[in-house]
Amino acid sequence: MIPSIPQSKFSTRLYAAYVTLFFLYLAAPLIVVGVFAFNDSLFPSMPWNGVTFDWFLGTESPRVGVFHDSQLLESIGYSAFIAICVTLMAVAVGTCNAFLFERHSFPFKNILYIVALMPLVVPGVILGISMLVFANSLVNGIEDLFGFELDILRPGLFLVILGQFAFVTTITTLVISARLRKFDTSLEEAALNLGATKWEAVQTITLPFLKPAMIGAGIVCFLMSFENFNTTLMLVGSDSPLTITMFDRLKQGSTPALNAASLMLMVVSGGLALISVFVQRDRTASPE
Amino acid sequence: MSSVSTLSGTAEQERKVPVIKLGTFLLMLPLLLWLFLLIILPHVDLLMVSLREKLGYREYAFSFQNYIEFFTEPLYWNTFVRTAVMSIIATVITLVVGFPISYYIAKVLKGKKRSLLFMMCLIPFWVSELVRTFGWMILLRESGVISSFLQWAGVVDGPVEMLYNDASLMVGLVYTSMLFMVVPLVSVLDTLDDSLIEAGYDLGGNTFNILREIVIPHAMPGIASGCIVVFMLTLGNYLTPTLLGGKDGLWFTEQIYNQFITRFNWESGSAFGFLLLILSSAIVFVGLKLSRQTLADTVK
Repeated sequence: MIPSIPQSKFSTRLYAAYVTLFFLYLAAPLIVVGVFAFNDSLFPSMPWNGVTFDWFLGTESPRVGVFHDSQLLESIGYSAFIAICVTLMAVAVGTCNAFLFERHSFPFKNILYIVALMPLVVPGVILGISMLVFANSLVNGIEDLFGFELDILRPGLFLVILGQFAFVTTITTLVISARLRKFDTSLEEAALNLGATKWEAVQTITLPFLKPAMIGAGIVCFLMSFENFNTTLMLVGSDSPLTITMFDRLKQGSTPALNAASLMLMVVSGGLALISVFVQRDRTASPE
Repeated sequence: MSSVSTLSGTAEQERKVPVIKLGTFLLMLPLLLWLFLLIILPHVDLLMVSLREKLGYREYAFSFQNYIEFFTEPLYWNTFVRTAVMSIIATVITLVVGFPISYYIAKVLKGKKRSLLFMMCLIPFWVSELVRTFGWMILLRESGVISSFLQWAGVVDGPVEMLYNDASLMVGLVYTSMLFMVVPLVSVLDTLDDSLIEAGYDLGGNTFNILREIVIPHAMPGIASGCIVVFMLTLGNYLTPTLLGGKDGLWFTEQIYNQFITRFNWESGSAFGFLLLILSSAIVFVGLKLSRQTLADTVK
């Protein structure tokens, strides 16, 4: 059970074998996706026909590689745009919320805190449809009252950004609050004693202290937005981000170019994950 | 010393002056806009839409028709129950598979190896769910890796299709949720003192007794929060059931999607969405009550 208690060799080995098997189970799908990006075949399936880089670099149909697939490239662009907008908004609002919940008292604080946690409990699909329904009601209401159509609230990039922002902000709020809770307020008071204004003190002392949490939360936001599917699916218009494009191709059956795109996605998110771990090194909690 | 305390004293008093209250209010604005415009009002609107019946173009009347339809049409009802039951099974499997792993990481391993394995558990979280599901499709499909391997090994004669049934769906669901079980379990098992387990052995307990009497009771908060999160995520999953599940066994989120996007019946889609929300919240609430935790504790 624990190393200090002697156990039979058989059970120790059995346990180790189980753990190995488990990690094989964890790794198998990811490895397979990566490996088949190099398969010299038109489909991401067996048999293995040898190595090719066509699925990255190919230019001619049917062997169009990721780097020449305009639809995929365009959707990566949309995804990046959405993710950057969502991240900037969510970190900004999350920081405000952290100060609010940690430093201030106001009526209905507890209720508002619970509501702020709600997006964690609401399934993404439902968050998506509620936003879709509400935006549609707004468009119709405005049209009836003022006689013009507010097209920006029709399904499309703007709505996707709002939808993702709605639940990602909960995470930034939690991560940044956790860091702010560890802050020693006497440092800020010292700055005030030394003649700083309230805003100067926050700017020079508190915000730099929060920076690792803000960057870490920002990276998590970026990835969550980039990889979000459920909420996005309900709010998307004609400009589809990467996950939606990949989903459509998966359903129809696709060339290993999809594997190549997935592999790049894995490498980029793996890199970002490592950065976020380094940035938040002194935090013991998990990235959630 | 005294000057410091007076200064901080005045700072304390300043916080109570209305000027600071204005600051609080300004700080509250983003929160209020976020919560009201993006969370509360959309859900209220969803409820309103679900409680109306379409009479003609932009003509509606209040009715429970959408809910009545749900309860009288066996297809909807069955999908709902099936989704709930499958989610519970997936949660139980995730717990049973994940518990020994968490225990191994928290109690058996030490130092670098321990953090390495823990990090490895987190990797799938950083990879898009779409990519993970795609991986399972390549592994399980008729022309896939496992089928080819079985033929090569001589276990089967022809290609075997392992995709599009409840088993493949379960594999995918458990895979996707594993992380959310392992993380809370590892952190709760971390706090269990080794000497308690040693004492259990000293007092003549065997492995099974100690698990039941010491380890599992101690891990209960972690088990509860892991199960709640996994259940919720599984219930609301759309991607895995669509890509790995069979054609005949719909997931409830697919039903909602069909109502909204394919059939353009927003009224009944909203009703379905609300029912799923109620089921999900009810389970979370019961889970929290049973484990005597609050939502705020769970997310920490």
